Amino acid sequence: MTTPLLTLVGFGPDGWGKLLVAAASLTLVAALCSFMVGSLLGTAGAAMKLSSIAPLRWVGGIYTTVFRGIPEILVVYLFYFGGSLALTHLMHLAGFPGFFSLPSFVIGVLAIGLLSGAYQTEAYRSAYLRLNPGQIEAGKACGMTQPVLLWRIIVPQTLRFALPALGNIWQSVLKETALLSIIGLVELLRQSTIAAGATREPLLFYGAAAVLYLIMGQMTGIGVRSFEKHLSRGWER
Amino acid sequence: MDWPFLAQTAGELLRGVPLTIKLAVTALCTGLVLAAGITALAHNRLPPLRWFARLYVGLFQGTPLLVQIFVIYYGLGQIEVLRASFLWPFLGQAYWCAILALSLNTSAFGAEIMRGAIAAVPLNEIEAARAMGMSGLLLQRRIIWPQALRYGLANYGNEAILLLKATSLASVITLMDVTGIAYRLVSRTYRSEEILTIAGCIYLALAFVIVACVHLLERLLRPHHRV
Repeated sequence: MTTPLLTLVGFGPDGWGKLLVAAASLTLVAALCSFMVGSLLGTAGAAMKLSSIAPLRWVGGIYTTVFRGIPEILVVYLFYFGGSLALTHLMHLAGFPGFFSLPSFVIGVLAIGLLSGAYQTEAYRSAYLRLNPGQIEAGKACGMTQPVLLWRIIVPQTLRFALPALGNIWQSVLKETALLSIIGLVELLRQSTIAAGATREPLLFYGAAAVLYLIMGQMTGIGVRSFEKHLSRGWER
Repeated sequence: MDWPFLAQTAGELLRGVPLTIKLAVTALCTGLVLAAGITALAHNRLPPLRWFARLYVGLFQGTPLLVQIFVIYYGLGQIEVLRASFLWPFLGQAYWCAILALSLNTSAFGAEIMRGAIAAVPLNEIEAARAMGMSGLLLQRRIIWPQALRYGLANYGNEAILLLKATSLASVITLMDVTGIAYRLVSRTYRSEEILTIAGCIYLALAFVIVACVHLLERLLRPHHRV
């Protein structure tokens, strides 16, 4: 052991600190993108599950059951192996020969987004069900059109009710991005593995990764809680 | 549809089911015991023990399970004392590392569920029991635990499903559970859609078994609610 341990995770010329922090920010970006994909899918899923058309409700039900019931890693593999094959197939149909593959960032964001969308569907759905139906009727009685009603009455309250659950989902999305290390995206865990391999200090680097995940989770948790406070400022006593 | 291939794949994947179940059940049982211990610490009168319980839960809930698995599988081998100890025959094996990581992880979530379930027991019932002269273990055994069990059961069922899904990560450290076999088959045949779909169906079926077990337990625990 020639270099002291703290130098290895530090920011000096021998340190992996800069790379780890850069990788952590990639983790954060991937988590944010996945969460946004998930919120789109979650909104669509909740709309389907609340729909008056039975087949749409079934599709929504199958979506949430399947993607909350199978391991995340299988979905990531499915997108990783299947995504490139499907894209190549599509490009062949469009008249472009050769092999095409999606960047692992895109694959990962889509896979994690699809998974978190299933959990977000439930969050939005139960939040919507907590709305006071009298308020929607009152809005209609005041002559609000559907978009106005949605924007002024439904969205602000649904978001407020859903936020605690969304905060939990965000935390698990942040942790699930660690799976993307398996498909070769150099996010925090992958970078730690590389560093651990190069220096033969797995305990140090996986420990550092754990600390960085904890810090990211705590920081964003504080953000979510202050946003929660902001949204419920009208209801404070 | 290539039925012979599907049947053959299903047959090979099903061979991983015993390992998946073994991982899940072992981790569930040890996790339950650990979670009970952590919950006891969280309700202890001594602040340092309470802090320890909070730190434990925060640590295991705040970091990805994959990181925990890697720390245990690759990291623990660096500690000389551990390598020399009687624990090494266990910790040197991927199987026991996976069991340890899964148990520790699920115990943190389980402790949170237990804490919530105990907090859900109505305070006036505890007061009533105290007024009748119950205290200590008698109060726990007659009033708190039976009700907390009913409140917490549904949540613990969800945790069991999450644990079942989490066992798939053991495949990353070379274990041949359902996911491990699926990965091997995919890299051999490149027919990812069929193989991964069948693997997913196996996990879904196992999850439904858990749901059914939880329903059965709930029925058993609520004789007075039975119609």
